[in-house]
Amino acid sequence: MTTQQNLTRIQLSINDEQRTVDVEPRWLLSDVLRHELGLTGTHVGCEQGVCGACTVLVNGQPQRSCLMFAVSAQGSEIRTIEAATPVEGLSPLQAAFEKHHALQCGFCTPAMVLTAEALLKMNPNPTEQEVRVALSGNICRCTGYQFIVDAVLEAAEAYRRVSSTTQREGQ
Amino acid sequence: MKPVAFDYYRPENLADAVQVLQSSPQAKILAGGQSLIPMMNFRLMRPETLLDITGLTELDYVERTDRGLRIGALTRHQNLHMSKLVHEHFPVLAEAAGEIGHWAIRNRGTLGGSLTHADPASELPAAMVALHADIEIASSDGTRTVPAEEFFLGFLTTDLGPNELVTGIEVPVSDTSQFGFSEFARRPGDFALAGAFVELHGTDRGAVTWFGVSGGPERRETRFPQNRQEREAVFIDLTQTFDPLDEPEYKRRLAVTVAEDAYQNAAGRLD
Ligand SMILES: Cc1cc2nc3c(=O)[nH]c(=O)nc-3n(C[C@H](O)[C@H](O)[C@H](O)COP(=O)(O)OP(=O)(O)OC[C@H]3O[C@@H](n4cnc5c(N)ncnc54)[C@H](O)[C@@H]3O)c2cc1C
Ligand code: FES
Ligand code: FES
Repeated sequence: MTTQQNLTRIQLSINDEQRTVDVEPRWLLSDVLRHELGLTGTHVGCEQGVCGACTVLVNGQPQRSCLMFAVSAQGSEIRTIEAATPVEGLSPLQAAFEKHHALQCGFCTPAMVLTAEALLKMNPNPTEQEVRVALSGNICRCTGYQFIVDAVLEAAEAYRRVSSTTQREGQ
Repeated sequence: MKPVAFDYYRPENLADAVQVLQSSPQAKILAGGQSLIPMMNFRLMRPETLLDITGLTELDYVERTDRGLRIGALTRHQNLHMSKLVHEHFPVLAEAAGEIGHWAIRNRGTLGGSLTHADPASELPAAMVALHADIEIASSDGTRTVPAEEFFLGFLTTDLGPNELVTGIEVPVSDTSQFGFSEFARRPGDFALAGAFVELHGTDRGAVTWFGVSGGPERRETRFPQNRQEREAVFIDLTQTFDPLDEPEYKRRLAVTVAEDAYQNAAGRLD
């Protein structure tokens, strides 16, 4: 029984697919992803930017989907956890998360995986400290972080292999 | 909770943006949204009209000028942190930008938003005061420039008028000063409990600009004695001149500590 007003048509590339959605300007990107597009892998904890659960990649960079109106994302490329698994099976990061028990309840996991993915694309050779700093905006109430850090450091190996063939731009 | 409904404008250029501000001066500017949207989500703010300036790509730049560096209001904190020009000329500004919130927050929050929001614990307003920046402002009446020290008027308060917009800043390059920076936060990503920029002019003169210790940036010109204990005594005296919003004794102690760290940092750059 929501009363809708001022619907605005926006276009987004979501997980490499062009999507057209009618949104109210006041709708958060997190809610549009979950409620309009059914992409419920994006979790919502605090709606104030603190917990990190809603983090998605906007034009390749981690951003809080709870602190962005979907209208403002017009024309952006959004990547959510639904795109993280290649057709062949788990991504190196996902496989490392599984191997290292880097998740328990899984609430923080989609955002952890996406943030780690963005980090490793930018820097496939991070130190443990760099991993911790990159993930410091993602709160996990279960794992104690160590296993997540271990998983990311192990998965970095796979990213180094890719980047040694496709030479990345230095920071 | 979710934000209340609002009218939404997303101009593509500055001329259109100032036009909207003139016809609806009650319109609230939306930049990175990292301060405004949390308040809207909790309905602490209920703007009727939102002017989304993220389409004004003309305000996203870092450039060298005759005087120093000009930086556009829409420069994201992360880009400020990573900018080669900023690293080269104002390493403390790059360092301070890297301490703002978390990576995901820095990827969206903007320089103009941070300056206008003027949270007393923010790094960038104090950085502007410490570095003698000028704030560039536009409205339908034209443009004006205000020294940072006159722009910040106190807790969440600036000199900005309702139909005005911050377009950028200019920081003069100095050959004679060295700067240092330090802050203390409980966890990485938290707002600082206290922070300081030190400007060293020669070896023993300069200024300290604190943040997080009162309603806004606090700049004090001072002498820096070579002896550590004497220097600390100077810092202790200076910290008596401002009024912490909470836990005054603790804040003043922290203020002394971060000032000393920032001083060491600046002194390390002297040679
Ligand atoms: C979890 C979390 C942690 C944070 N930690 C820190 C921290 O440690 N240090 C810190 O400094 N900040 C921190 N922030 C705030 C962050 O820096 C914001 O990016 C910043 O305060 C506001 O910038 P914005 O671009 O997001 O502005 P918005 O939220 O879009 O706007 C903020 C205010 O400025 C006005 N405004 C924006 N741009 C302009 C302009 N160009 N001209 C005129 N008015 C304008 C808006 O109308 C609004 O009133 C944190 C935020 C979060 C969510
Ligand atoms: S829900 Fe967005 S950061 Fe917590
Ligand atoms: S696995 Fe439960 S919050 Fe991280």
